[in-house]
Amino acid sequence: MTEFLTTVFNLIQGILGVAPTTLALALPWMDIFWAFVYFVGAVILLIINVIMLIWIERRAAGFFQERVGPNRVGPFGLLQTVNDTIKLLGKEWIMPASADRMVFLIAPLLVVTVAVTMYGLLPYGPGITPVTLNVGILFFLAVSSTNTIAVLMAGWGSNNKYSLLGGMRTVAQIISYEIPMALSIIGIVMLSGSLDLGEIARSQSHVWYVFIQPVAFVIFTISALAELTKSPFDMTEAEQEFVAGYHTEYSGIRFTLFFMGEYANLFSMAALGVVLFFGGASGPWLPPWMWFIGKTYVFILFLLWIRWTFLRIRVDKMMKFNWKFLIPVALANLLVTGVGIKLWQHFVERSI
Amino acid sequence: MAMTPLTNRSKQVTRLRMTWVERIYLPAIAKGLSITLKHLFGKKVTYRYPEVLRPRPEVYRGMHVLKRDEAGAERCTACGLCALACPAEAITMQAAERKPGEEKLYREEKYARVYEINTLRCIFCGLCEDACPKEAIFLTSRLVPAENHRKNFIYGKDRLVESGPGAIDVSGRQTTAVAAFKKDMKHEHNRCGAAMGPAAAAGGHR
Repeated sequence: MTEFLTTVFNLIQGILGVAPTTLALALPWMDIFWAFVYFVGAVILLIINVIMLIWIERRAAGFFQERVGPNRVGPFGLLQTVNDTIKLLGKEWIMPASADRMVFLIAPLLVVTVAVTMYGLLPYGPGITPVTLNVGILFFLAVSSTNTIAVLMAGWGSNNKYSLLGGMRTVAQIISYEIPMALSIIGIVMLSGSLDLGEIARSQSHVWYVFIQPVAFVIFTISALAELTKSPFDMTEAEQEFVAGYHTEYSGIRFTLFFMGEYANLFSMAALGVVLFFGGASGPWLPPWMWFIGKTYVFILFLLWIRWTFLRIRVDKMMKFNWKFLIPVALANLLVTGVGIKLWQHFVERSI
Repeated sequence: MAMTPLTNRSKQVTRLRMTWVERIYLPAIAKGLSITLKHLFGKKVTYRYPEVLRPRPEVYRGMHVLKRDEAGAERCTACGLCALACPAEAITMQAAERKPGEEKLYREEKYARVYEINTLRCIFCGLCEDACPKEAIFLTSRLVPAENHRKNFIYGKDRLVESGPGAIDVSGRQTTAVAAFKKDMKHEHNRCGAAMGPAAAAGGHR
């Protein structure tokens, strides 16, 4: 399997590497060509992931509630999502008469654009990182926070008070929880000495950072749930308070895009967690990309487990929890990490 | 002024401050996760519906049946007691007199020419069974299927009278209390019940 995939990968690389030169393309065109190839790859991965994730989510929800979930369409109900997508594509495109047209139409596209960009940054294994950046993690966080703009655009563009409230609440939540997330990641960056995602994953060859930085892992998990607006932090879709939040007025393919973006972000956030805390694509016997996907899906299952266990917390308590508990703990963890690294360098490394 | 309670039923509530362990919530979170994990591997409570039906008890009150006797004649005599007993007024019927040569079809001199139950009105209470002096109507464990039109829910004799090979077993619906009650009644045809043979049936109606 490994040999097969490597062969296929090399073949594609060979064909694509040769093809532009035979077409006598200039160097900037080569870059654009490769960007297009990575884009297509990321989109394919995203679609496969979204289909799998929605299926897993629904099956897991069923199993947690002692039922079986969708199991009719295709083997084990695997094609249920395909079926639902076709149904959604066939639905009418409704736009409120008083909506802000441009903002309303761009918002769902922006959500998917952000999701695809994040897929391009992940180190799926040695040699299968589409874009290697020496400030990878910084770029990842920056791109992921662009999502808030899309959400606010959707809320504002709908010209619906519930959408606007949901959008504003989402923005407040995501921006707030980005701080503890970034603080928990800084500890990892200090340990690995690099901002490059692949380098961070490689520096865990001896021991995973989840064992060195357990507090950071807990903070990261909590903030990841808040960033993804998954339960218990799903105030943005609190149907008792405002119908469905920012995507209340969306239907058909535009709703599908929001839905896809949500699940695509679930994968990329879990993948980031795997890179930071679980050694990325490293592992014995199996090929690295398989380890990466497997670890990510285990982490996603953990997030779903949390989702189907806990209730939505109140919006003011959520903010209080973030600013008065999570950020101080993250800062204290940072301090302890810094002191620990210095002590390690002073006593252990010098003696070696 | 302190409020004086009018009764002595009021209870003193104790609100203890949470301990440090309780306030960090982590043990409670772990406990919650363990509970859902237990349910993840728990026995599924659902049935694969169209293929697997939920078992219904013998005494289930579902679709009605109009019974025939052992010789295959309809038991119903169109006395109207079921319609009278019906709290939902779902039953209607028209009586007719049995003509010579129809003894095989109808058990007694009078029979129901038309017998209709509106299953949308019916509340499946089973009072028609209790009212019936001839043990002709019973509720069964069969379900009334879904229909596309309202008029299809009015069940006539074509769908109510038991037909085809094998009688529908309604012995489960004949509870011991009802059977005992009917046995005590002075009319001979009630005394026999399901155990009535052809000979007894022949003597049943003079």
